[in-house]
Parts: sequence; structure tokens; C-alpha cells
Amino acid sequence: MIAVQEVTKRFGATPALDAVSLTVRSGTTHVLLGSSGSGKSTLLRLILGLIWPDAGSVRVDGTPVEPATRDGLLARMGYVVQDGGLYPHLTAFANVALAAEAQRWAPARIAARVGELADLAGLDGAMLRRYPRELSGGQRQRVGLMRALVLDPPILLLDEPLGALDPIVRAELQEQLAALFARLAKTVVLVTHDIREAARLGQAITLLTGGRVVQHGTFRDLAERPASPFVTQFLTAQTVEMLGSLPGSPPGARTGG
Amino acid sequence: MRALSRSTLGGAALAAILLGAAGAGAAPDGVIRVGSKSFTESYILAEVAAQIIEQVGEARVERRVGLGGTGLTYRALESGAIDLYPEYTGTLALVLLKDASLATPEAIRERLRPGGLTVSASLGFVNTYALAVRADAAERLGLRTIGDLARHPELRAAFSSGFLEREDGWPGLRARYGLTLARVEVMEHALTYRAIASGQVDVMDVFSTDGQLERLKLLLLDDDRHFFPDYSAVLLARREMTERYPRTWARLREVLEGRLDAARMARLNAMADLDGRRVSEVAAVFLGRAVPAGTGRGREILAELGSLTMDHLVLVLVAVGVAIVLGIPMGIVAARHRRTGQLELSVIAMLQTVPALALLMFMIPLFGIGKGPALVALSLYALLPIARNTYAGLIAIDRTLLEIAGVLRLAPLRRLLRIELPLAAISIMAGIKTAAVTTVGTATLAAFIGGGGYGALIVRGLALDDTATILAGAAPAAAMALAFHALFELADRVLVPRGLR
Repeated sequence: MIAVQEVTKRFGATPALDAVSLTVRSGTTHVLLGSSGSGKSTLLRLILGLIWPDAGSVRVDGTPVEPATRDGLLARMGYVVQDGGLYPHLTAFANVALAAEAQRWAPARIAARVGELADLAGLDGAMLRRYPRELSGGQRQRVGLMRALVLDPPILLLDEPLGALDPIVRAELQEQLAALFARLAKTVVLVTHDIREAARLGQAITLLTGGRVVQHGTFRDLAERPASPFVTQFLTAQTVEMLGSLPGSPPGARTGG
Repeated sequence: MRALSRSTLGGAALAAILLGAAGAGAAPDGVIRVGSKSFTESYILAEVAAQIIEQVGEARVERRVGLGGTGLTYRALESGAIDLYPEYTGTLALVLLKDASLATPEAIRERLRPGGLTVSASLGFVNTYALAVRADAAERLGLRTIGDLARHPELRAAFSSGFLEREDGWPGLRARYGLTLARVEVMEHALTYRAIASGQVDVMDVFSTDGQLERLKLLLLDDDRHFFPDYSAVLLARREMTERYPRTWARLREVLEGRLDAARMARLNAMADLDGRRVSEVAAVFLGRAVPAGTGRGREILAELGSLTMDHLVLVLVAVGVAIVLGIPMGIVAARHRRTGQLELSVIAMLQTVPALALLMFMIPLFGIGKGPALVALSLYALLPIARNTYAGLIAIDRTLLEIAGVLRLAPLRRLLRIELPLAAISIMAGIKTAAVTTVGTATLAAFIGGGGYGALIVRGLALDDTATILAGAAPAAAMALAFHALFELADRVLVPRGLR
């Protein structure tokens, strides 16, 4: 369980997070939803201990995230960023193997684990010898996911993992991620601005704006019992945008349906 | 301050490593090191002395000739890097001891005694400073004495830097005669001869025994107010050497003192300058020894080129190697601690603004002369591009990639070697490439402090006014720079990770 309590974080004068609290239950997928500047990525970075709160606390399975506990907690977390965040000078295999190498795993054990993860992530084994720039966006994202999973951490933190992908690949990967999370029973925190992704993957959703929590709940809660007009606004804006971008449909033509 | 103390440590380590290599201090047993300044007469006198020492057989000879100007050569003698070199009484009194009352070798010898140095008696000729003009111009303008120049302020003068700055040179001369020449430039002596011959310069400083005067039809202007002091040639030596090898010192004095008049010296200079004969040949002629036939200067250079190439390669490789070993860690420290890093890089950049020749000169009191001090100076010079590019390469790395290394729990050393340095590899390699190619050029200056390499030919060619010899040094240096460039293009393919290319 991840417990965020009354966390405030400022960058200069502007608060990125203002007294935010939320709870992520173990074994569930929790989506942090919001537009850019809402503070959702900042929240993820606080959980990872990449930055420290100005007030409030973050606890992971009861342990407070602090400089002294950070390394031990990181052993239990995997981190995936947009476009994979792969090292361009290392092959896909070497990227995935990094954390295992750092733990001094035997090469044979690493090779076996990477093979296992390639099956899990649906990546062709031949791709493992390639460098990141020789892979497609979707493949890079799969490699990034494999790298986060190599030590089999119970917690997975994903920051806009599918943000750089085209819509078709994106939809396909969303389905696969949903299946994967269910199968692995990980505690997942996923940051996105895409309500469709939130609806498809999130068992719980926290909608943020301007560094404050607008509403906690399921997608259904947000759609049917919005806590404020902003929630409805946020949900419909993206739907309109999505429909508006369809070829041949004038903007707003089908909002009534 | 951690970064600072680390870089200070690095500097101290550099000094320690290279101090060992410099070999400053007293000569090893059985060796007399003969030095010279970098002009023809000094080369010849040094070679004559060297051949005499070889004849006596009390000690072996090491030639460390063509060291450069007066200050450099004198400091080399003081530090024990050389044991002996030809000098002039006027220079000793006015420039080195700064006491115009020291008129005779005897008075100078008394004064030098506490410092552990001594001089021979006069070798017999006076090589004084003089001003020269083209004979035809002298006739046209009615120039006979230095004082006559006062009537022609429009004349263009080019002086060697020593003459231009020394109290017994231009500043004093100008005051004594009330001269107001409009255009006075500083120029390397050997080049001024060409300039005056082609009419681009009207007045230059020369030495009265100069072998070129006759060929170029130059006229010496009369010093009718007796400004220039007496520049008698002498041998200046460390007393330690004269006491350890008394027979050698006695023989040197016996053969040389009073035996060389101005005309004879001018002829010897002309043999080297005008006839293109080797200095060793000229010295042998003076000593009345058989001269091996059929060996001109060209052949001598060819024979030398192999060992000079090795010398030059060693200078470049060791200097760049040391600069890599120190520069990359300095770049890393600078990237880790930005503020002290800026300070560190500024200090290295300041070193870079010191003219290479001056930096080489600073090495002499610290490390003596030869390869060691040349390597210290070249390493310092090569440091900036490497440290700077390492720093630039490291700070340009995407912050997310660094954060991920933390999340993956890579230990600091693994993170540096596996992630950061490879990601900065293109920039670091570019720095090393710049350092290597520029060091090939800068290393030609090492010859001025006896460091050897292609510069030895350039220095000698300048002294002998021999374009072919200069080119024999300059062309291979240019070729080596190109070769290094090509080599590093290849190395890039190996050292820069494939995913980055």
C-alpha cells in the first residue's frame, strides 16, 4: 500500500502539489489523471524519492520515503517513462539487464530472465540485440517495461508510458498492459492525461488539477457522480477532442449522442 | 572545496610524475652537458667545445643545444641541466648580473663564484650588437653612423625581441642617440634578414661577427658614441664540472682562449650559414680535424628524421596520455560540483592563455630542460580541451536518463562507467582529438628547451636561416597532425558506442 498524506511540494513560489492525500491499495492499478501541470508526475517522483516533499509524508507499505530508506524502497519499485527512457548506447538486452547486473546476477540467470520478460511483454527475441533507435516506439516501450520488471518488483510506477505512441499502437498496448497488470498482481501507479487509458486500466482514479485532488474514485464514479463541474468538463473536453479529430466529422457534431 | 582539493592533488601528482622524468639537478657521473643558445655562432662554439671534451676523453658529452634565448639558457645552467655554454661578457654583466661595472672576464668570474659558476677568458673576438642597413640604402640616404638615423625617422626597423627590450639594446640606444624611428617591429632574427634583403625593413640589429652581413651586402652603422658594451665571447660553466674534470676544463681554455678573432669567427659562421655545412663539420674544420666527406646537411637531416619522429611521437603520446588520465577525472569533478567546477575549468583555461613558449620557459627553474619539462608543459596545454569536453559531455546528458540510473540502483562507479562516460563519449573523443592534433603542433616548441622532436629542425633552420631545414621539421609535423586526425576518426568507430553514432 502506498499512502500519500497531506503532501505539499513547491518549485520556487508556485506549488506543484498542495496538501494532496491519496491511498493506493496493494495489487490494484491506480491512475493519476490530469492535464499537464496538474502535479501528477510530481506525485510519482515523490513516491520514487527522486524529490522530497516540503510538507506531508509518503509511505510505501508502512515505510516512510526518506533519503535513508530510499534505496531499500527502490528495490521494490519499477519505473517506466514516456518512450521507454532507454539508454541509446546500450542494446535492448543490455538496457533490460542493467538492474540485474547491478545486483550481480549470473549471466545465465540474466539471460533466462530477459527471455521470460520478452515473452511476457510480447517482444520478438531478435529485437533484443538492437539499439533503441533501431526499434519502433511500441517496441521501445515494451523494452522499458521489461527493464522495470527485471527484478520482479511488487510496485510498478509508470509516467505517461504510452504518451509517445500513435493511437493504434497505443490502444493495442493499453489492452496488453491491462492483461499484464491483472496477471502479475502488481501494485501499479500510472500517470496519464488520457481518460480512455484511465478508464481502461484504472481500478481507481485520482483526478488532479493545479496541484490539488479534484476527485478520487472509479471511472464510473467520475462519470456519473462528478465531484465538481470541472470533472465533467475534463471528461467531455477530451471526448469532444477525440471525436473532433475523426476525419469527416465537424467538431462537436456528435457530442449530443 | 572537495573538487578543488582533488584538482590540486591532480596537479601535484602530475608534477611528481614528471619531476622524476625531468632529471633536473647535477649531471650523472661521466657526462658533461653542453648547451647553446639558438643562433649559429652559439651552435658552433658549443660544438667546438663538445668535440674538445670528446678528444680529452675524461667525460662523455651530451649536446643540449639550441635552447633559445639568454634567460632560458642561463637558467638551464644554473639549475644544472647543462654544465657549459658559450656566452658574452656584455650580456653577463648587463643582463644576467645587472652590473655595468663588470667589464672584464676576471671581474665577472669573481662575481659568479658564490653562485657556483665560472667563465673562461675571452675567446679572442668581440661579437657586439650593431645596427645594419642595406649598403645601397646607406649610400642613397647618406647613412654612416647610428646618429645619422635621427635624420630619417621614416625608416622601418625590425629588432629581435631580446634587443628590443634589453636596457643595453634599443631602449638605451634610442635614449643615447635621441632616435625617433616611426616603425619598430619585433621579429625573429632569421626572418629579418629576408625582410631587409627584400626591402620590407630598413634597419635591423645584428651581431658584428654575423656570417650573413657580407652576402646580403649589409653595412654596419658606426657606434660613434660608444653605446654598445664589449661583448667578448667566453665559455660559461658550472664550477662543479670544472673541478670534477680539471683536464677537460684546462684543455677547453687552452684551445679556445684568445684563439678566435672576429674575422675567423665570421668565416666559421658563414660556413654554416652560407655554405650550408654542418655545425659539426665547421667545428672540425676549426679544430683542424679531418672532415668526413660527402655528408651535406640534407643527408644529415634524413638520418635524423627517424629519431626525431620517435621523439615527437613520444612527446605527443605521453603528453596527451597524461592529459587524458588527468583531464577526464577533472571534467567529471567539474560536472559533479558545478560551482567549483567552473573555477577549476577557469584555472585550466588561464593556463591555456599563457603563450606556449612562456609556459615552457616556466618549466626550467622547476624541472630543468629536456623531455620532462616539455612533457609537463604539453600535458598542461592538452588538459583544457579534454577536461572541458568531458564536462560538457556529462552535463548534456538527459536528466531523466540519470534519474533512471538511480532508480535502477546502479552504484556510482557503475553508473559512471556504464552510463555517463559512454553517453558523453562523442564529446570526450572530440576533446582528445583536438588535444592530440594541437599537441603535435605545440610539441615543435619543445625543442626550445631541449625536448627534441621536429622542432629541433625548425629551431636549427631558423638559426641557420635555412628554409629547407625549417620545412624538414614543419612538413613532417603537419603530416603527423593529419595522421593523428585520421587515426582518431577510426578510433571513433571503436570507442563511440554504436547506438550513439
